[in-house]
Amino acid sequence: MTGELGQLALCFALALSLVMAVSGLMGTRPQDTTARKIASGAAMGLFVFVALAFGTLTYAFVTSDFSIIDVANNSHTLKPLIYKISGVWANHEGSMLLWVLVLSIYAALVAGLQRGGERLTSGALGVQGLLAAAFILFIIFTSNPFLRLDPAPFEGAGLNPLLQDPGLAMHPPMLYAGYVGLSASFSYAAAALLVGEAGWTRAARPFMLIAWIALTCGIALGSWWAYYELGWGGFWFWDPVENASLMPWLIATALLHSALATEKSGAFRTWTLLLAIAGFSMSLIGTFLVRSGVLSSVHAFASDPTRGFFIMVLIALAIGGALALFAWRAPTLQGGAAFDVQSRETMLLLNNVFLLAACACVFVGTLYPLVLDAINGTKISVGPPYFALTFAPIFFALLLLVPLGPQLNWKRGDLKAAWRTLYPALGLAGIAALTVLALVSPRSVAATGAFAVAGWLIGASILDIRKRKGARASAFAAALAHAGLGVSLMGVAGTTLWRSEALTVLAPGQTMTVGPYTLRFDGVTRERGPNYIADRGHIAVMNGDRVSTNMLPEHRFYPAEGADMNDTAIHTTGLRDLYLALGDNRGGGRFALRAYVSPLAPLIWLGGLVMALGGFLSLWGRLRVKDTEPATPAPAAALAAE
Amino acid sequence: MKTVIALLLMMVPALAAPVADTFSDPATEARARNLQRQLRCLVCQGESIDESGSPFADDVRHLVRQQIAAGQSDRQIEDFLVARYGDFILMKPPLQANTWLLWLAPFVVLAAGGTVAWVTVKKASRRSD
Repeated sequence: MTGELGQLALCFALALSLVMAVSGLMGTRPQDTTARKIASGAAMGLFVFVALAFGTLTYAFVTSDFSIIDVANNSHTLKPLIYKISGVWANHEGSMLLWVLVLSIYAALVAGLQRGGERLTSGALGVQGLLAAAFILFIIFTSNPFLRLDPAPFEGAGLNPLLQDPGLAMHPPMLYAGYVGLSASFSYAAAALLVGEAGWTRAARPFMLIAWIALTCGIALGSWWAYYELGWGGFWFWDPVENASLMPWLIATALLHSALATEKSGAFRTWTLLLAIAGFSMSLIGTFLVRSGVLSSVHAFASDPTRGFFIMVLIALAIGGALALFAWRAPTLQGGAAFDVQSRETMLLLNNVFLLAACACVFVGTLYPLVLDAINGTKISVGPPYFALTFAPIFFALLLLVPLGPQLNWKRGDLKAAWRTLYPALGLAGIAALTVLALVSPRSVAATGAFAVAGWLIGASILDIRKRKGARASAFAAALAHAGLGVSLMGVAGTTLWRSEALTVLAPGQTMTVGPYTLRFDGVTRERGPNYIADRGHIAVMNGDRVSTNMLPEHRFYPAEGADMNDTAIHTTGLRDLYLALGDNRGGGRFALRAYVSPLAPLIWLGGLVMALGGFLSLWGRLRVKDTEPATPAPAAALAAE
Repeated sequence: MKTVIALLLMMVPALAAPVADTFSDPATEARARNLQRQLRCLVCQGESIDESGSPFADDVRHLVRQQIAAGQSDRQIEDFLVARYGDFILMKPPLQANTWLLWLAPFVVLAAGGTVAWVTVKKASRRSD
């Protein structure tokens, strides 16, 4: 019964999304008030029915209803409740339903908040409706989560143990909130092209911010998961799936900056529209990469080519349609703001150039091997060394410029004065560099440079915050986000350049050293988890003869899935991680033990949090101030008249 | 039968070639580790030979160390492995006919973007005067 209910709800959702698409687009005509009302109503209805379908599937997972194929393939009665729930989106079908759920939430928000003019909102809803219809069709025809299985098995096949983890339970919803959040900017941009309204950046700003915050948190969460779960202490692997989430983030970051210029001074109007289209295109391409099965990695659970084909057509229609609309309408927009060479606009433009080039590295690095393989079967690897030689220098150059932007005024800035203001930040950069040179051996140019730039970024943010003392909270958003970059950079540099590691086979009672730590192996016990059996290593971290702490890395075996995996143990001081992974049983009570000491590792994710917090402050400011007045006269036109 | 045994006996020293798990000289060990990081484990997902615990990675690690012990240069070892397993084994794609686009594309985008930005700024500043 539940399966059919979900199926029915999804069909109603499809009908409503079509209604929303048609009436929303009709509502862009000035006199069509009724169509606009219908579009808003349909958006709310869409949300209700998709939520119902999603709730039904969740219910089927929680109650282990194995008569539904999706549940039978991806769940198990013994799984803890949280992983029964996260199992809903830890598979292809359910995750696509989550995708549509998030899309419908954004549609309902667009309808509920009614930001921007009526016609603009209506057009945005129309485009959201088209996207929702396309994805619901995709679900119904290629990835239906409600299909039945007869006879129903007594037990499900379980869920990949790698995914049975609190971090990864939260990771997909977070990432999707970001991916799909960019659809709101996309829809607003398309609507702005349709109705020729200039105020769209202001209307879409909260959605850009939500998407950016969610992407930032999602990427940080994913990287943290990879760090503690995969068992070799790395935090970013340039895996295509990670890259798929990094590309939308880079474009979303560029969009946030460019849209700010458009809003404040009318500059880059067409460019911002194009970025909004590009941002969601990256989300779609990311979805394609992960969902079509063209990659083989832990995320690519789907391996049916019809799905890949369907998504490819969908991408072509969405991106092609938007670009055609852009080519048709963009020339009618009044462009051409006036600003000096020394101005914040110039800095924002440079920001965009570097972010775009950084995104190009990731894009080419991810897709090139796939294309080459598809053309003539040549297999090449594009691994971390490629990105170290392309992405790293470009991003590094971007970071060097970051502090200058906020110090320059809109339209007419003074670069010399900005420099003078930033002297203390330069001082901090110098101190950071000298400290690293003096205290750390062997000396390394990379480490010195990284810490100098981190000091430069954080110093500039402190100056910015001091300057704005007493202003409302949202004024500190940029300073926080930029400082977060500096914090993450220190973490990345510390972990990559100063990590020490040891891999040893130990018998009980033996000790090993790694970095400043001495570890004593106290043997292994056999433990029983709810749905796994574990070898739990007992490792004492020694402080002289005293045990300062005990660490318990596990090697787990999941019988239902027939898979084993590592559960690492991490002891952190906040500035340094001691990281242990238990290796294989070498007989006679001897076990392999992998130990890493990663200086500053926690800063990587702390920096991500600080960045997200900056985004949050900005969002808070936007939502608190009621800025829903309809289309302001095009600022660009006003400027051109000057 | 005798020949088989003779062959087996001849093979034993080769199989048991004294390749240490780690080189005692830290510089050589660092070199081996560095080289291992540049090689992809072909049977894993995105892991290097250095990180992976698979038997394949074990074999290649062994090979790398054997070749280092035999006095081969990094380049020679990489060439040897590429001849054996193809370009796919190199984490860093070599610059060659089918990869120059890969290596140049980011910098082309950077240059093109920079040019467009320069033109835009010039135009905007003329308007602003």
